Amino acid sequence: MSAQVPTHHPPQRIGVVAESSSGETRVAATPATVRQLLDLGYQVVVESEAGAASGFTDGAYTEAGATIGDAWAADVVLKVNAPSGGEIDRLRADATVVGLLTPAQRPELVEQLSARGVTALALDAVPRISRAQSMDVLSSMANIAGYRAVIEAAHVFGRFFTGQVTAAGKVPPAKVLVAGAGVAGLAAIGAASSLGAIVRATDPRPEVADQVRSLGGEYLAVNVVQEASTDGYAKATSADYDRAAAALYHEQAADVDIIVTTALIPGRPAPRLVTAADVAAMKPGSVIVDMAAAQGGNVEGTVPGRAVVTDNGVTIIGYTDLAGRLATQASQLFGTNLVNLLKLLTPGKNGRLVIDFEDVVQRAVTVVRAGEVTWPPPPVAVSAAPAAAPAAAAAPVAAKESRLTPAVRFGLIGLGMLAVFLVIAFAPTQLAENFTVFALAVVIGYYVIGKVHHALHTPLMSVTNAISGIVVIGALVQIGHESWIVTALSCVAVLLTSVNIFGGFAVTRRMLSMFSTAPERR
Amino acid sequence: MTTTTASHAADLVAALLFILSLAGLSQHRTSRAGVVYGIAGMALALVATIVLAAQSITAGAVALIVLAMVLGGAAGLWRARRVEMTQMPELIAVLHSFVGLAAVLVGWNGYLEVEAHGSAQTLVSADLLGIHHAEVFIGIFIGGVTFTGSIVAFLKLSARIASRPLTLPGKNILNLGALAAFAGLTAWFTAGPGLGLMVAVTVLALLLGWHLVASIGGGDMPVVVSMLNSYSGWAAAAAGFLLDNNLLIVTGALVGSSGAYLSYIMCRAMNRSFISVIAGGFGIEAPSGGDEEQGEHREVRAEEAAGLLAQARSVVITPGYGMAVAQAQHPVAELTRRLRERGVEVRFGVHPVAGRLPGHMNVLLAEAKVPYDIVLEMDEINDDFGKTDVVLVIGANDTVNPAATDDPTSPIAGMPVLRVWEAEQVIVFKRSMASGYAGVQNPLFFRENSTMLFGDAKQSVDAILQALPGDARTTTDRPVRQHTTAG
Repeated sequence: MSAQVPTHHPPQRIGVVAESSSGETRVAATPATVRQLLDLGYQVVVESEAGAASGFTDGAYTEAGATIGDAWAADVVLKVNAPSGGEIDRLRADATVVGLLTPAQRPELVEQLSARGVTALALDAVPRISRAQSMDVLSSMANIAGYRAVIEAAHVFGRFFTGQVTAAGKVPPAKVLVAGAGVAGLAAIGAASSLGAIVRATDPRPEVADQVRSLGGEYLAVNVVQEASTDGYAKATSADYDRAAAALYHEQAADVDIIVTTALIPGRPAPRLVTAADVAAMKPGSVIVDMAAAQGGNVEGTVPGRAVVTDNGVTIIGYTDLAGRLATQASQLFGTNLVNLLKLLTPGKNGRLVIDFEDVVQRAVTVVRAGEVTWPPPPVAVSAAPAAAPAAAAAPVAAKESRLTPAVRFGLIGLGMLAVFLVIAFAPTQLAENFTVFALAVVIGYYVIGKVHHALHTPLMSVTNAISGIVVIGALVQIGHESWIVTALSCVAVLLTSVNIFGGFAVTRRMLSMFSTAPERR
Repeated sequence: MTTTTASHAADLVAALLFILSLAGLSQHRTSRAGVVYGIAGMALALVATIVLAAQSITAGAVALIVLAMVLGGAAGLWRARRVEMTQMPELIAVLHSFVGLAAVLVGWNGYLEVEAHGSAQTLVSADLLGIHHAEVFIGIFIGGVTFTGSIVAFLKLSARIASRPLTLPGKNILNLGALAAFAGLTAWFTAGPGLGLMVAVTVLALLLGWHLVASIGGGDMPVVVSMLNSYSGWAAAAAGFLLDNNLLIVTGALVGSSGAYLSYIMCRAMNRSFISVIAGGFGIEAPSGGDEEQGEHREVRAEEAAGLLAQARSVVITPGYGMAVAQAQHPVAELTRRLRERGVEVRFGVHPVAGRLPGHMNVLLAEAKVPYDIVLEMDEINDDFGKTDVVLVIGANDTVNPAATDDPTSPIAGMPVLRVWEAEQVIVFKRSMASGYAGVQNPLFFRENSTMLFGDAKQSVDAILQALPGDARTTTDRPVRQHTTAG
């Protein structure tokens, strides 16, 4: 990007353009995100009526600090969808364009962008690492779309989702099958279960079972071994798996009322999960939402962008603009993802866009750099997948705890006993008696608190502290016998130990009175 | 039955009551009874001793005893009522110092009553005189070490002096030298007692106590307090030997050995050598500079944290000293209550050395009325982190440091820690990115599933409480976990 780093630094202009694809309601920046872009030091130009379909007026943008004008002439053009051929020609030769470019599916688009000499950043190529989560447009859009898929299904479905027992009779709960527990699938599971339906979900990755359950769904396992995902996305499945899954779908299709399919494999057509025979097995009035319609569909008979009704009364919804149907919110999330990307690309907060290829996120999203094709990027492994290392590292630590051999232990105990024996045997009677008492008390002291509850360490300590105030007795027996010095010193000792005794017991009682179990247990 | 035999009987009963007291304090169910036994034992011992003493001393002396006890007792009760639970470690440390000082005074009195009179004394028979000399010295020595050690612990805990370990050149030699000097002085004193030797051993003990605890870092304070507790017991036992008083010996030994065992439990929890800690940081090397950053950390705002909590099924809170410092236990308890009302399973995971006193966190949580049956210790909760949605690390650092298990070169390697990083999400409440007491950087903060919530723990928890939605759980607008998912 040397062309964009001149010695003097006028702020660059960001252009927010209107979307040209039919049915697209989103916009790449909202008045709220425009303010954030201005904070990064950029100037912002918004094409007239760009936010109209999302509910944002030109006035709202100007109020936020943007100007209305020719957004295509800006240094950085923000878009939702990939630019068309005509739009690419409107870009400045040194411009940067950011949007959902789907470079894997559209090599000709990458060629066109390269030929124009621009820099192109694909939002859908953000790697799935935590640091980049805040820029992951696919996730934020899938979340909205999954929710909307259930709403669309509920709209067409002629019944309640939740089961009810009414004066007018019993209504059974709807049964929903969600195929694929990715972001969209999980959002659909959450939405459907919160509407009261019985929700089941399938996914080739058994590790998502807990996530499915956490949202109120039941995970249906396909009992065929699958290798673990290393990049956070589902992989293509094996032939064995596909056979087992097909049987599962067929069985489920006859039982459930609603199917939401979300299965996508990056860079490939969507896998066919539900066949025409499965659809035919469904009850009349059932609904299928095929969220993969734009990539060819998971369901046989899906028509992208439309809802069709089959001969046996099953509605197949193939809308490709599910996220866009919540246009205002979708634009806000999309815009925030974009702002987060631009924060990364504007390290100086000075309105100058800089791309650092050392950074995996910036490397991954850059499809074309100043006319040079940089797609595909080197792979980035998601760190969530391989988690075996800590367990192995724990082993050497445990090995350190080598214990004394029995022989050495017996030897030491024997030596100790001999020493005690000799001390007592040769000591004067009085010391021997004292020592006997002492030794037995030490042992009792050790055993008596052997099973102390961890929560009681502090009270135990303060009570033993109070008890060790027993040294007061030593001072008491010394008072009044001897010179005034002895009495004075003893008095000081009595005073101090009294603080100890009374204070120690009182504070222990205070602490213990605070310990309580849960009220319901009393 | 004479007064003397009655007094001996009372001593035995008192000793048994003390044993019952310690045993009772081991379990919640019996803990209150344990305190009652302790008070009964102490009252019995005091009454018996005073009654016996009153036979041979003047009424004025008895009045003096009562006056000293009333004054001391009043001061003790006043402090006990006023003390903040977060200041418990300081209070206990200062109380230990009293026992130490009293033992020193008893030792000096023993000298003044016997040795100071030379051959004219009649209290101790000639064949026991040598033993008496040694007992005076041992009593003063242990008492002196306990006294200054506790004072230093008190000063460190109340942040009046820096909690960094003092590392004098050749500190191990100094400690060993002091012990050798003590042995030499004892031998000398046994051969020929003198006032100069008394002063010398007192000063030596005071210096050694100071140096021992000054050499131990703030992170080891739970062990130090527990160790001083043990020392104060041994000091009482030494006074018992000196005065030929079985009750003192029994009680001192009980406290001494139970305190030592408690310290041993603490040491095991920190994977520290017991010997090295009681010997004043013997052989502990200063941690090599681990302050360098290990990656990027991510911040989270209180509102986002509240959202995560509201949607969690299971939450574990691991408190540390930072919670005590910020006095955050009450908001934490409120947060616990609110989350439990929403049906979230909330539990606490307490590391054995969290805080500055064994069991410190439990006392604070109990003060804030957190039910104790959801406060679990490390071994009880460690296997459950994998099934936990959100872990809140409130003011803890070294006790949740994965380097202890992952990095064999870490200064805290091998210390058992709370495996919070196995949870889905970890939110770390912290004032800054500074390292903990052990001076070790914590890789937890840079983990993929960790986020930092910077600021005072109390204010942060308050902010979460504010942001926590008041209505019932809703799932439709749940921000779906975005990481392990398919597209």
